[in-house]
Amino acid sequence: MGILLLEQALNGLQLGLMLFLLAAGLTLVFGIMDMVNLAHGSLYMVGAYLIATVSAVADSFWVGLGVGVLATALLGMLLEVSVLRRLYSRDHVTQVLGTFAILLMCNEGVRMVWGSQPISLNPPAALAGPVELLPGFYYPAFRLLIIGVGLATALVLYLLVTRTRMGMQVRAGASNRDMALAMGTNVQRLFTAVFGLGAALCALAGGMLGPLLAVQVGMGESILILAFVVIVIGGIGSIRGALVGALLVGLVDSGGRTLLPMLFEALFSPQVAADAAPAVASILIYVLMATVLAFKPRGLFPAHG
Amino acid sequence: MAKPRNSPSLLQHSLALRWTLPLLAALCALPWVAAALGDSFYVTLATRILVFALAATSLNLILGFGGMVSFGHAAFVGVGAYTVGILMQHGVSSAWLAWPLAMAVSALLALLIGAISLRTQGVYFIMITLAFAQMLYYLAVSLKAYGGDDGLSLPGRSTLGGGMELTDTTLYYLTLTLLVATIVFITRLLNARFGQALQAIRENEVRMAALGYAVLRYKLVAFTLAGALAGLAGALLANQGSFVSPSLMQWSQSGMLMVMVILGGVGHVLGGLVGAAAFLLMEEFLGHMTEHWQLGLGALLLLVVLVAPQGLMSLLKRRAA
Amino acid sequence: MSTAPLLQVKDLVKRFGALAATDHAKLTVQPGQIHALIGPNGAGKTTLIHQISGALHPDAGHIVFDGHDVTHQPIHRRVHRGLARSYQITNVFLRLSVLDNLALALQAVDGSSLRFWKAAHAEAQRMERAAAVARRVGLAQRLDALAGALSHAEQRQLEVGLALASAPKLLLLDEPLAGMGPDESQRMVELLHSLRSETTLLLVEHDMDAVFQLADAISVLVFGKVIASGAPAAIREDAEVRRAYLGDEV
Repeated sequence: MGILLLEQALNGLQLGLMLFLLAAGLTLVFGIMDMVNLAHGSLYMVGAYLIATVSAVADSFWVGLGVGVLATALLGMLLEVSVLRRLYSRDHVTQVLGTFAILLMCNEGVRMVWGSQPISLNPPAALAGPVELLPGFYYPAFRLLIIGVGLATALVLYLLVTRTRMGMQVRAGASNRDMALAMGTNVQRLFTAVFGLGAALCALAGGMLGPLLAVQVGMGESILILAFVVIVIGGIGSIRGALVGALLVGLVDSGGRTLLPMLFEALFSPQVAADAAPAVASILIYVLMATVLAFKPRGLFPAHG
Repeated sequence: MAKPRNSPSLLQHSLALRWTLPLLAALCALPWVAAALGDSFYVTLATRILVFALAATSLNLILGFGGMVSFGHAAFVGVGAYTVGILMQHGVSSAWLAWPLAMAVSALLALLIGAISLRTQGVYFIMITLAFAQMLYYLAVSLKAYGGDDGLSLPGRSTLGGGMELTDTTLYYLTLTLLVATIVFITRLLNARFGQALQAIRENEVRMAALGYAVLRYKLVAFTLAGALAGLAGALLANQGSFVSPSLMQWSQSGMLMVMVILGGVGHVLGGLVGAAAFLLMEEFLGHMTEHWQLGLGALLLLVVLVAPQGLMSLLKRRAA
Repeated sequence: MSTAPLLQVKDLVKRFGALAATDHAKLTVQPGQIHALIGPNGAGKTTLIHQISGALHPDAGHIVFDGHDVTHQPIHRRVHRGLARSYQITNVFLRLSVLDNLALALQAVDGSSLRFWKAAHAEAQRMERAAAVARRVGLAQRLDALAGALSHAEQRQLEVGLALASAPKLLLLDEPLAGMGPDESQRMVELLHSLRSETTLLLVEHDMDAVFQLADAISVLVFGKVIASGAPAAIREDAEVRRAYLGDEV
């Protein structure tokens, strides 16, 4: 039982950290540029595809990861400069439509280049096996890598946001955009940089999760909705909120999916358990979000003062 | 003596009979034309467009006229469809019973969801409506008795009684009648006190509260009404395809409805119709040209966003003016 | 002088984090008065108005209006009791005409708006009353102009008109003269003066000339506390007020 809980905790941590990578970029774009970006999931998808392709060609996961992340960051910045920048001043509804259009185009573009079938992304051979964390408890090495990468990225982001000049401008922009502009932040460059960073984080998450989930068209949408839930819980514009929110969502989702069926089986008939448990597990994170919003209508750590 | 107004208020809407009556006549004639051409496909396609036009119009009521960006509207369509489907599974196939019931169930859910969601603002509202829709989606998936993830095939269409069968043509005319009735009703509603208040809330909610309007009440009534109309669209959709599935309720479907509304013209009474027609016709015809039609759709949407942010209706209005 | 006060603010407290924007504020407004609320920037005047109108809920204290405790009542309930407000930063319906703006304000207090069929603009009586309110605030020539196209002063007039439309017992005006030049200010002062017979006014103002022209009573708010309240002459002489706010200019 203890081992099961530990395993679930690690799974939840892993999912949470990956959601954090996605949510961090999303919350910054929303907090600073006040833009709802439905195409965020598309960057995650494109990142995963690029990493998978380059890894296969170079026969090295790490090369694929590095190249893929950089390429996606560049792609993100290109997208920002050419199209997205025009949407900042518009209302949310228009932004939804515009970024939804980009989402459609990305999905179709990927389909045109790679086809409709999922492609595979293989983890590095050295990490393909399990690791014995405790006597008798084995955990996949690659998942441990994901946790490691997630924690390292969180640390780097923390240092970036709190110790660098750009980070300061980002925090200022998230908390009061007009004031930050008045103080002379070079807005255009900052926005492009933030966007590129967000895209890089998406690609990183894509590369990490690709070996576990399938690399396929539409993979962005299902995770995008989780990312939105995370930033709403955490508070829009706050990286700390994104981390806390992501960990909460990761733990609740993973834990729920494993523990609920067991709970239901103990309480109800196996038939009911088999039918109801997955449904309830799926809606747990939404219940979590609704609960958080009931007490803190602007999320746990709203950035706007 | 108050001067007669020389230009209509932004909040007033007309049915533009000069354009809509000929359009209606054409739509009435469509089945005859299709029969003459020997191809019933157009009737099916047109029915589908009209059903989505009804759904989009119901969304336009709260999105375009009420300023409430609900990302969970497809759930109400799905609930209406499932109500019809489930009732039919249990032997109740009369349209006179099932369709009003579908509207009632959707309305009730909209009332409950609205009562909670409408207390939030901005993106939080968008997210909460999305969350509720997802909950309903997962609920539908879990209903193994009614098909679960695979969906539910209906044994037939709703019955009308009196020996009348719901053929493709009959369904078409029925859908057309209901759509016309809805658009007329909504136009009158918008010009009445309720609609004026609703639109004014969209314009300046803070001021409306300060003037003494119970803002939440008006939004909730509109939200419930929109839910009921969406439920009706769902009932029609279930009949049109003889099939209901949880995928009707997914957030991407809500997104598609939003796209139709925004494309057609947020805040125009015909916006839902124009948007649904534009979207589905593109899907149909572009889809024949290339399997990658979504790329073209995306590009077109992007163009609309950048060039005609008020949707296609505003372009048409500009030319007519 | 035994008439019951129209508005009583008792020991009102509102905190934002560690800051007490309203710090045990006390205020009494008699019916028929023009009562001015003055104070330096950041004193919390608008926050106080928000609490009286219902836009903000206080953390402690009471607001009694016309004999009723309205402290936690929603805005629309207070409006129907006869409490209306205008805004410091013009907050009208920019895309609607002056007439439509005022008609909306009238609709709020003229029976239910849960009417779904009959055209609202066909209510000739209400339109006529809207035009009358427009005349009252000096906008008779601008009925069909869009509010967004009005001059700043005209928009401020519309601001007052919107609040006046509900025929309130107490009119809360937040800096009605904000941003106006001398001629326009004088016209607004005359308008406000003419309202004396119809309603009680509680106005927040920085324009000291206007305040001393209009007010029957003045309350001075500093750091969320009312440090003095009384007749204008007494306030002018009050040492503490001079120190805190007026300086030696008056």
